[in-house]
Amino acid sequence: MKRIISILLENESGALSRVVGLFAQRGYNIDTLTVAPTDDDTLSRLTLTTQGDDHMAEQIVKQLHKLIDTIKVVDLTVGSYIERELMLVKIKATENDIRAELKSCVEIFRGHIVDVTPQTYTVQLAGDSEKLDAFIEAVRDMGIMEVVRSGVSGISRGDKFLRV
Amino acid sequence: MELYSGGEILIRALKDAGIKNVWGYPGGAALHIYDALYRQEDVHHILVRHEQAAVHAADGYSRSTGEVGTALVTSGPGATNAITGIATAYMDSIPLVVISGQVPLTKIGQDAFQETDMVGVSRPIVKHSFLVTRAEDIAETIAKAYYIASTGRPGPVVVDIPKDVTDPSYKVPYSYPDQVKMRSYQPTDKGHRGQIKRAVKTLIQAKRPVIYAGGGVVLDNASEQLTALAQKLNFPVTNTLMGLGGYPGTDRQYLGMLGMHGTFEANTAMHHADVIFAIGARFDDRVTNDLDKFCPHATIIHVDVDPTSISKNIDAHIPIVGTCTSVLDEMNSLSEQMAIEPDAEAIAEWWVQLDQWRADKGIYTASRYEESSGNCIKPQDVIKMLYKITNGEAIITTDVGQHQMFAAQYYLFDKPRTWINSGGLGTMGFGLPAAMGCQLAFPDKAVACVTGEGSIQMNIQELSTCSQHNLPVKIINLNNAALGMVRQWQDMNYSSRYSESVYEDSLPDFVKLAEAYGHVGMKITHIDDLEEKMRECFAMKDRVVFMDIDVDRSEHVYPMQMPGGSMRDLWLNKTERT
Repeated sequence: MKRIISILLENESGALSRVVGLFAQRGYNIDTLTVAPTDDDTLSRLTLTTQGDDHMAEQIVKQLHKLIDTIKVVDLTVGSYIERELMLVKIKATENDIRAELKSCVEIFRGHIVDVTPQTYTVQLAGDSEKLDAFIEAVRDMGIMEVVRSGVSGISRGDKFLRV
Repeated sequence: MELYSGGEILIRALKDAGIKNVWGYPGGAALHIYDALYRQEDVHHILVRHEQAAVHAADGYSRSTGEVGTALVTSGPGATNAITGIATAYMDSIPLVVISGQVPLTKIGQDAFQETDMVGVSRPIVKHSFLVTRAEDIAETIAKAYYIASTGRPGPVVVDIPKDVTDPSYKVPYSYPDQVKMRSYQPTDKGHRGQIKRAVKTLIQAKRPVIYAGGGVVLDNASEQLTALAQKLNFPVTNTLMGLGGYPGTDRQYLGMLGMHGTFEANTAMHHADVIFAIGARFDDRVTNDLDKFCPHATIIHVDVDPTSISKNIDAHIPIVGTCTSVLDEMNSLSEQMAIEPDAEAIAEWWVQLDQWRADKGIYTASRYEESSGNCIKPQDVIKMLYKITNGEAIITTDVGQHQMFAAQYYLFDKPRTWINSGGLGTMGFGLPAAMGCQLAFPDKAVACVTGEGSIQMNIQELSTCSQHNLPVKIINLNNAALGMVRQWQDMNYSSRYSESVYEDSLPDFVKLAEAYGHVGMKITHIDDLEEKMRECFAMKDRVVFMDIDVDRSEHVYPMQMPGGSMRDLWLNKTERT
């Protein structure tokens, strides 16, 4: 099953490569990976998605925690959580009816058209991965030129938080 | 305020970290450091002949003393040559700090002469690594490196230092931190009290218990606590290859080593056990055999300082994360407080069964191989003779292969840190440099490297280091003119097609070779000469002696687990199996 793993990491050179290297070394796949400094710029927050059963997820969390640069690790999928992903899609939009259809599609998915040329529309969409997948399916036949996805960012619901 | 260059700071930091000995090899990127080393007397440097040996020697020093070992190498090839040594230490959780020179910061990334991304290359085989970018950071980084290497589950730490960071013309104040604190690294020490209680209760109620003790017991200096617990409960103990000496090898309750070449009684006891108390061991594939068939009746208690080792291969029913020492201390005191007593009758019955297995098929109750005669010297008999002549008190290092297994089986280690071998990585070429490390630490002790003619040639250049630094190790070369373990597998699995495992007539004259390095060489081809020659060898306390002993070429190591079987599925000799 899909796992969303959140990691709080020292914002130091080489730290990210240790996380990525661990996945390669232990034979785990990374489906998506996002990383950026937090409000405290000595810390990076990573969100990583992978596939695995409970045993594998437990090993991944333990192995990640063992890395010296890692401060906190949590498997968000064991509790309730919010996931968001940002997507930019460039779609061929030369004909009027396509442009109209695309616009209504973007509205339905609560996205935004962020760039327009006579030939193209560029759509920005945020949501969970399934919603982004669904949008791609909805517009696939219109002529997708380019898809850029940020990868998943996740946070737990409620009072729980990940902080030093 | 006095000011120091980066090189000087590094050496001072080593001294303040309590480091007396550094094994290494100079080169361009490390020259500022070597110059600082030259201008002081606190840190002693031992020049090896190959960087791999520097790391193995530091490793042997660490394994025999419990201190952190230190190696110093230059950038590029110096660093990559150290890799096998680092990987060896990593697999066996040996605390090392390996300092590598690096090209100047301004040249990093330009494919400069002797540039290698050491932090990158070593990443999967280190506990942690640092690239130091300012002279001001050196002392703190060294303090962190030793702290990380020696705490929690120990392991090697690489400190990569670009040449301009040790520039003698750039000087800064020196201060060594009193203590190291890292928010991201706080290893667990004490185990969970409730879990320990559960474990003690389970142990006391066991009817067919086995204590399965690994290298963690040795590394954490927990042998006394383990022995006390085992003897109080009258439980049988088996040690892993890494754990030999963690429980006294000559004690009645000791079943011998377990695993691929473990004893019949240890492996069979594991299979039938109702409770397995695993401590400082990691259920390695060379122990468990087929995981699906592993110990079907056992409740498993697993103590390890590294949470990732627990339930990695085998699910633990009672996991305990903590150091062996702290958990055993707690167990010892709890077992006295608890109102329940071990089931003496069941344990006595279990011992009847265990003794029966020993008598039937044990390697210590009878010789399970044909005795030596004339020019047919059995390798097992050489180890037995070594044991006899050194009174079982030598520090034994080995390389990897049949000789390693024979030494593990037939030299009975009563004390921890006297059995030094590359268990996890299985590094041929480990034995001689590791022996140098042990000999430096214990100049008055007999240190013997049990090896084979294959392994010894992987780091034989270190015979020269032994001369220069007066390290009178004894080399016991079990010469069967072939890669014995490879040939054994080829015998068993490849219809004796000896693909590239024999040397034909290409082997050197080891006696002459030893003499060329200024050492004593001996050739033994007849069993009747063995005892006298070996006595002579160990009587020469200040000389390196190379005993080249021709042993039976057809001998195999037994018992041997059958692939895909349970722990008790063993070949006992070439024709008999369980």
